Amino acid sequence: MEFRLTDDQLALRTGFRALLDGRFGREALRAAVERPAIDRALWRELGDAGLFSLRLPEADGGVGLGLPEAVLVFEEAGRALLPGPLVATHLAAGTVPGADTGRTVVAASDGALVEWLAEADEVVGEAGDARPVRSVDPLTPLHRVTGGPEHPGRSAAAVLTAALQLGSAARTTELAVQYAKEREQFGRPIGAFQAVKHLCAGMLVRTELARAAVYAAAVTSEGRWGGADTDAAGAKLLADDAAVRNARDCLQVHGGMGFTWESDVHLHLKRAWVRAGQWITGAEAEELIAAAL
Amino acid sequence: MDLRYTQDEEVFRGQLKEWLAKALPALPPAPDPLDWPGRRAYDTAWQRMLYEAGYAGLHWPADAGGRGATPTQHLIFLEETERAGAPYVGANFVGLLHAGPTIAAEGTVEQRARWLPPVLRGDEVWCQGFSEPGAGSDLASLRTRAVRDGDHYVVSGSKVWTSHAEVADWCELLVRTEPVSDAVPKHRGITWLAMRMDAPGVTVRPLRTLAGSTEFAEMFLDDVRIPVTDRVGAENDGWRVTMVTLSYERGTAFVGEVVACRRTLGELARTARDNGRWEDPALRRRLGRLGAEFAALWRLTQWNVSESQGGGVGSRGGGGFGVPGIGGSVFKLRYSQARQELYEAAADVLGPDALDLAHPWNQDRLSSLSYTIAAGTSQIQQNIVAERILGLPKER
Repeated sequence: MEFRLTDDQLALRTGFRALLDGRFGREALRAAVERPAIDRALWRELGDAGLFSLRLPEADGGVGLGLPEAVLVFEEAGRALLPGPLVATHLAAGTVPGADTGRTVVAASDGALVEWLAEADEVVGEAGDARPVRSVDPLTPLHRVTGGPEHPGRSAAAVLTAALQLGSAARTTELAVQYAKEREQFGRPIGAFQAVKHLCAGMLVRTELARAAVYAAAVTSEGRWGGADTDAAGAKLLADDAAVRNARDCLQVHGGMGFTWESDVHLHLKRAWVRAGQWITGAEAEELIAAAL
Repeated sequence: MDLRYTQDEEVFRGQLKEWLAKALPALPPAPDPLDWPGRRAYDTAWQRMLYEAGYAGLHWPADAGGRGATPTQHLIFLEETERAGAPYVGANFVGLLHAGPTIAAEGTVEQRARWLPPVLRGDEVWCQGFSEPGAGSDLASLRTRAVRDGDHYVVSGSKVWTSHAEVADWCELLVRTEPVSDAVPKHRGITWLAMRMDAPGVTVRPLRTLAGSTEFAEMFLDDVRIPVTDRVGAENDGWRVTMVTLSYERGTAFVGEVVACRRTLGELARTARDNGRWEDPALRRRLGRLGAEFAALWRLTQWNVSESQGGGVGSRGGGGFGVPGIGGSVFKLRYSQARQELYEAAADVLGPDALDLAHPWNQDRLSSLSYTIAAGTSQIQQNIVAERILGLPKER
């Protein structure tokens, strides 16, 4: 048993982080908040880098890697708060032409919500009765839908969404720690106060527990081992928890600054709320795991 | 990332399961959990069986008398012994998981030869004399004094929460050999000694825990003479020696219990289905959440074990014999809390039976209250995580 990253996996993660740092840094994020739209050029670059074709066999023009590797790059996308229907397009690679290369933007219905419906070229699932929602997340346009068939990639979608949440949870932990080291009150950095320390430690604990669950679910879903669905549900549950609660704690550490539009913390929190409502919700996950006990 | 066990690991698991199936029926019935002399006899008998089968000190280095097994093999051992319902390490806890590894890492050749084999055979039981009335989580504040007199230390003071003192032969004792001053900060001047529990001047007064058990005691030391040759590590270097022990405890000492918690959770679900409480969606969902938590804690264990085995590569530190990376504190913080939540849920499943101490879940519920206190309180652990892992400034 070697449940840790290989050198190749570490290199893949480092490479994607560098790509996103260069191509979708903070300025690009804030510009996108002002003018929410899918950056088609970026989408194609992500396609060229293999984000969507990562799990397609090499014979079909893909990268030939697996869900564990996909989880690592989706974690990076979550850190960067990269917008767009990333999970839906990734799942459509190999079935919807152009999805693998990023030339086609694909949205998908999870039975309750569709993100980026109006901007997408294709929609997977039932979205005939879709009605627009004033989305809480300024960077994720949403439509409400009712019913429809279950998406065939629901488990994988849950694991990949959990990976996005994990990346966000790790990022808000870093943002909180960084701020706690810099911001001074009462003549000391606020990170010297135990009350602030304990908030930050709790964020790390949630992140690391979610990380173990998400990585393991990627491995067991890939191998289609027994319990893959409950593993995916557990990973989604813990990653949702980590992303939402860490963003809230990060906001608390930032104090008044955290409550402003200028700070990025609210973007993490709002995206985390959206993702928590997608694919497998907390209540569904808890019932699913309970049924298997 | 690979969760599959290798063929060698599966062979090891198969042999162990086969042996457990034969060995366990030979054990006498388990004693009352409150009967510590009975438990000592039972736990050491089990240790003797492990020794004779070659499973004693599995994870200890081979040159310390262990089997030098890989961390993964140790994980499999904990998993399968728990699954088979084998006794837990019990009264041998301090010897096998604290004092033994410390002596293995820091002791001289003579000390290893004197102390390690009796621990592995189950002949000698150790207790832990660390805490004092004024030194709990702030262990470095300990005041028990040791004054050199020729080839002996003369020790006076008192200890408290001394685990297994009532039934122990030896004590891993921390003493102050140099008073705190401007020149000697409190973390210096501490020395690690091995003390015979039958030495003149040692008085043990068992303390009852809130669970009714006398698993720990107060200990009074009145001019106890300890040979200098029974010192492990250098004089005044005991703090560093102790950190070897404590990092071990926080790293792997609790992992076997995760398997037990997952089994208990399954029993909770079965009981709730039988007694009708399963119809309550709130309770059902709590159990589902705990299922996710304990599954993730098990994965975190596997991750920590893999990292300690690999000694380098990976997103976290770690490596070496029993010395964990950041995973240890993270695990301890969440596990101690989750275990308490598990037994709170058990009480809700039991309903009125939650007040009946005859039900084993209720003993476990009471003992779970110590988990966020023992081996460094959760609050101290959070400070450690914040300062040493996240790099936040010191409080003082």
